[in-house]
Amino acid sequence: MAQSIAKEFTKGLWTEIAPFRIVLGLCPILAVTKTVENGIGMGLATTFVLVFSNFFVSLFRNIIPAKVRIPCFIVIIATFVTIVELLMQAYTYPLFLKLGIFIPLIVVNCIVLGRAEAFASKNAPHLSIADGLGMGIGFTLSLAVLSAVREVLGTGAITFYETPIVLFGPAFEPFTFMVEAPGAFVCLGLLLCFMNLIPKK
Amino acid sequence: MREMIKMVLVLTVITAVSGGILSVLKTSTEERIEGQILKFQKAPAIADIFDTATNDPLKDRFKILFEDEEITFFPGKLEDGSKAVAFEAKGGGFGGDVGLMVGIDLESDKIIKARVTTHSETPGIGSRIKDDPAAFLSQFAGMGFDSNFKTKNDGGDIDALSGATVTSKGVCIAAAQVKQLYLKLKPQILNKMK
Repeated sequence: MAQSIAKEFTKGLWTEIAPFRIVLGLCPILAVTKTVENGIGMGLATTFVLVFSNFFVSLFRNIIPAKVRIPCFIVIIATFVTIVELLMQAYTYPLFLKLGIFIPLIVVNCIVLGRAEAFASKNAPHLSIADGLGMGIGFTLSLAVLSAVREVLGTGAITFYETPIVLFGPAFEPFTFMVEAPGAFVCLGLLLCFMNLIPKK
Repeated sequence: MREMIKMVLVLTVITAVSGGILSVLKTSTEERIEGQILKFQKAPAIADIFDTATNDPLKDRFKILFEDEEITFFPGKLEDGSKAVAFEAKGGGFGGDVGLMVGIDLESDKIIKARVTTHSETPGIGSRIKDDPAAFLSQFAGMGFDSNFKTKNDGGDIDALSGATVTSKGVCIAAAQVKQLYLKLKPQILNKMK
């Protein structure tokens, strides 16, 4: 039993890491990865939603009739997204302002509904939590890696809590293309390419 | 038929429960969210308007109910001894409502300064209205309430910010709203500030 919990957890971190291996959830990954802070914030918000929606979907999987399962899943997911939105407004308001519309859009993030449909609706609650946590952390890591590459190359520094950690000296000319939208596509493409060079196992 | 009832029932129960949870959370976080909005959106505008205030306008704020809407007023006692009040009104811009905080001198009835609090205008175009107060908002300073808060194109007294006409109009709507509220509520404001 402990073996399979570990297995469900770790698959989200590497073999099925959502954005890089199964290429899901690209909308937020392209939009919010301008800075590491935004990327990690978005990742953690999505992780929260994933864990709880997976848990509740799995808990009610035998009660929910198959024909209305998608509306039921969406209601459950939307509830947790709204909870995240309210909590962020109450406790991390500046981050909420920066992520803006992308927080409510977690509802339509295909990773969340994908995991509810493909995993949580067929597996026990404890496995679903492990799966949600693994997928969420994998998603957060992907956002962090992508945003780190973009922010470091694009601005020459990493900013946390408004204090920049300058990595390159003043001679560094910021590669501003990286923090713009096309830079996100190029950067993601290159990362996908590297991921494919490394074998899955 | 049984299946049908079950579908309706399950979906209804799930929606009702989640609605209940959300309304509880909404009421319990409401106060804190209001505080955060005050701190991060209104405080910078107010600090800018009352840069010589000797009191804390945020702490001294009071509310007046007007036509079923609570309006928050921020009183300011300025360095030269004059009294002023600031409050916010909204006008529809290009991307949504533009919030305009206006500081008014209570003796001369003239605008001290106007600042934008929130907006969702296009970055680099409409957003200049907030980011560069000298370009547009500075013309409100010193204006009295005999002015016509419309853009010059519409026959008013305000120069629109070029390239951001709709945003400028939104700010004018908010300013006109401020004028209307101030003229109606001045006795109550004076009463509260005694």
